Amino acid sequence: MSKLRLLFVKEAQASYISHLDLMRTFQRIFPRADLHLKHSQGYHPHPLISIVLPLPVAQSSECELLDCEVLEQTNGEGIAEKLNAGLPLGLRVRECYEVTRPARELAFLRAKVELEYDAGVPTGCVDALRGLFSRESIVIEKRTKRKELAEVDIRPMISQVLLCEGDGCVHADVLVQAQNPGLNPALLVRAIETHLPQYAPDFSRVRREELFDEDMKTFR
Amino acid sequence: MDKRLERILPRVQKPARYVGGEYNAVMKEKGSVDTRVAFCFPDTYEIGMSNLGMRILYGVMNEMEGVWCERVFAPWGDMEEEMRKAGMPLYALESGDPISEFDIIAFSVGYEMAFPAILNMLDLGGVPLHSSERTSLTPLVIAGGTAMYNSEPMADFIDLVSLGEGEDLTVEIIELYRKAKREGWDKQRFLAAAAQLEGVYVPSLYDVSYNDDGTVQSITPKCGAPARVTKRIVQDMDKSYFPTKTIVPSTEIVQDRVMLELFRGCIRGCRFCQAGYVYRPVRSRSCDLCAQYAQESVEDSGYQEMTLSSLSTSDYPPLTELCDKLEDFCAERHVNLSLPSLRADNFSMALMERLQKGRKSGLTFAPEAGTQRLRDAINKNLTEEDLLASCRRAFAGGYSAVKLYFMLGLPTETDEDVLAIADVAAHVMHAWRESASNKARGVRITVSTSWFVPKPHTAFQWEPQIPKEEYERRVKLLRDHMNTKTVNYNWHDSDTSFLEAVLARGDRRLCKVLETAWRKGAKLDAWEEYFSLERWMEAFRECGLDPHFYANRTRSHDELMPWSMIASGVTEAYLKREHERAYRAETTPDCRTQCNACGANRLVGGKCDV
Repeated sequence: MSKLRLLFVKEAQASYISHLDLMRTFQRIFPRADLHLKHSQGYHPHPLISIVLPLPVAQSSECELLDCEVLEQTNGEGIAEKLNAGLPLGLRVRECYEVTRPARELAFLRAKVELEYDAGVPTGCVDALRGLFSRESIVIEKRTKRKELAEVDIRPMISQVLLCEGDGCVHADVLVQAQNPGLNPALLVRAIETHLPQYAPDFSRVRREELFDEDMKTFR
Repeated sequence: MDKRLERILPRVQKPARYVGGEYNAVMKEKGSVDTRVAFCFPDTYEIGMSNLGMRILYGVMNEMEGVWCERVFAPWGDMEEEMRKAGMPLYALESGDPISEFDIIAFSVGYEMAFPAILNMLDLGGVPLHSSERTSLTPLVIAGGTAMYNSEPMADFIDLVSLGEGEDLTVEIIELYRKAKREGWDKQRFLAAAAQLEGVYVPSLYDVSYNDDGTVQSITPKCGAPARVTKRIVQDMDKSYFPTKTIVPSTEIVQDRVMLELFRGCIRGCRFCQAGYVYRPVRSRSCDLCAQYAQESVEDSGYQEMTLSSLSTSDYPPLTELCDKLEDFCAERHVNLSLPSLRADNFSMALMERLQKGRKSGLTFAPEAGTQRLRDAINKNLTEEDLLASCRRAFAGGYSAVKLYFMLGLPTETDEDVLAIADVAAHVMHAWRESASNKARGVRITVSTSWFVPKPHTAFQWEPQIPKEEYERRVKLLRDHMNTKTVNYNWHDSDTSFLEAVLARGDRRLCKVLETAWRKGAKLDAWEEYFSLERWMEAFRECGLDPHFYANRTRSHDELMPWSMIASGVTEAYLKREHERAYRAETTPDCRTQCNACGANRLVGGKCDV
C-alpha cells in the first residue's frame, strides 16, 4: 500500500472536464495502468482518490494535485509515464511521488489571468486596474454555497497582482490565497466588471501556474 | 482550440461534451485519408455515446485505411443558440471541422422522434436539407438504424439508406463512394450503382403514387433499383467486429459502462415489438469470446461496470457459464455486472444473488398486459404465476422494490384487461406479504403504463393507435382502481407517443410536415423540454395532412404499406398470420421450441442457430 500524489496539467479540451467527471476519469485510468486503487468499505465500494484543490471548469492549470492510495508498494517511479498512455487530451501527469506533506500546508497559488479586449486594450486601462487592485478593500457580490448573493471583500485574499500589456491583452500575474478561504482568480475579473465596468474585458482566461506553502516555498 | 468555441463553452451546460479529445478517440492526419465520414447521432452526446451500434461502426470505419470517421452529436439548445450567434457551423468532435467539409455525412437513427434533429443538424452544418438540392457527389447524406425500416418520412432529405446491420454494408458503400470519387462519377450515377448493393435503399429511385383516399397506390423503382430491398445482417457473431478498445468519455453518459453484446435477435416473437422482428434471426456470440471481449474491454477502458446486453439476456443459453467465467475477474477488478432485459419466467435468482453484491435494489419486469388473454394476444408468453413466482423469490432474497411495465391500447384490449393491471399489482403486493424476508424495510411496487405505438414490420402494423381521449380514459380507469397502498402508478401522458405513431408509419408526404415543423422550431423532439404537439399540429394543418390518418386508422391486409419496398427478412405473410392469431389469442412458441417459418432463416442460409 502506497500513498501517492500526482502533479498534473489540465488544459485545452480537458479544462472543460468538471471536478466530478475528472474524478471518474482518473478512477478509470489507474486500472488501465495496472494499478489497483484502494477502495472504500461498504455497500458500494469506490476508489479512494481526492483532488487537492479542484479547478473551476474552463480554467487551465500547470499544477493540479491528486492524492490516492494504491495497493502496490511503490514510490511512484515510472507511474506518470504509464498513466499518460491512457489520458484524454489536455491531461498530462508531470510527476508521481509519495505524499510527504499534508494538503493543508498548501497556502498560496500563482495564476496568470489574461484579459482580452477585442478592440484593443483601452487607454489608461492598466493604470486603472493597478489602482483598483491597490485599494484597501475590493467588495464584490458572490453566490454563497446556499446560492444567496453575498458581498465579499476579496482584497485580503490577494497577495500580489502584477499587470502588463501586450497583444491586445492585459496580462495579470496574480498570487492569491489557495484555501481557508481560497480565492478563485476569475473573481478578479468580476471585480473589474463591478468597479471599472468601462475596462471590463471581452473575454478572460485563467491558468494556474504554481502552488506555495505559508513560507512561499513550492508546495508538492 | 477554436477561438469562437473557447468563448462559447464557459457559458453552456456540460461543455465537456463539445470538445472531443477523449481516451481512444481516433485521430488521423487529414492529408493521409481520402474519405472523411461525419458520423452523426441525432441526439445529445450522452445518448449517442451510449449507443453500441455507433461504437461498432466508428471502429469499423476507422479500421479502413484512408478513411477517417469522426463523431457528431446534436448540441443542446443553449449550445445551438450560441453556435448560431457566433456563426459557428456544426463540427465533428475529432478534427473540429464543419460537417459540410466531409465526404459522407452518416446518421444513425434509432427512433422516429430524432427526425427533426437530423434536419436541424444538417442546417446547423450549413448542408442543404433536400437531397435534390445537393447536386454534387459530396457531401453524401446517408442514414441507417432501426427507424430507417420506414425511412419514407425522411425520403426527401436522405440520399441513401443502409438497412440492417452495418458492419459489412457500410464498408461496401464507402468503397463504392471512393471508386465514384476516383473516377469522377456524378451523384446520379453513384446512387444508381449504390442501389445495386444488397441492403441499400435509395429513396429518390422510387416513385410513389397515392389513391384518392390517401393510401399508397403504387411504388415504382427506376434506374434498375430493386423492387424490394432486404436488410443486411452479420452472419457469424464470432467473426464480426466488436469494439474492445473504445472511447471512454470524459464526462458522464447514460450508459457509462462496458456494453458486452451477447447475441442479436430475440427468440420470443412478441407481436408488438419491432426490435423482435427486425433483428431476426437470433445469432449468439460464443461464451468464450464474450468472456474474452469482456476482459479486454474492462482492461482497456478501466470501467468498473459492465452490462450484458441483448434484447432478452436471460435467453442467452450459456448465461450462467459466462457469469462463472467472469466472476473472479470482476471481483478482483471491482467490476459490477448488470443484467438488463430479464424475463420474469426464466431469470435465475441464484445468478442475481451472485452478481448483485451489497445492497439489493429493485427488479424490473415487463408483463405488458394485465390478463392472460391479452398477454397471449400479444404473444408475451408469460403467465402471472411466472411473474409472481419470480417476485416471491426476489422478495425472499431481500429485494424490496419491483417495477412493472405495461402498455395501454394494445389491440383487442378491453376495460377488463386494463383493470387486471391493478390486480396484478395487488397480487405482487400479496406475494411480498407472503415471502418478504425483511418486512421492516417495506416494499415499493411501481406500475408504469405507456401508450402503445404500432410499428411497421410488426404483426400490429395494420392496427390503429387508440385515440388520446380513449388512452386517457383507460389511464383514469386504472388510476381509480389502483387501491393497493404502496403501489405507485406512473403513466406516460406525453403527446410524443402520438407523434411517434404518426411518424413511424408515415409516407413521403410527411417530409414537408417534418420540414414545416422544423422551421417552426422542432429539433430535439425526443426531449419533453423541446417537444410541442401544437407546433406539429400547425405543421399538419399547413400541409393539408391529417395526422390521425397515420396514427389512428385501421389498415386492411391488402393495403400497400408505404414501407413495402423494405424487407426485414420476416415475410408479410407471417406478420399477417401472427396478426390473425392475436385476434384469436393464440400464442406462437418461441424459436427455440419450434421454428414458425417467419422467413428470417433465409438470411442465414436456411437454418437459424437458436
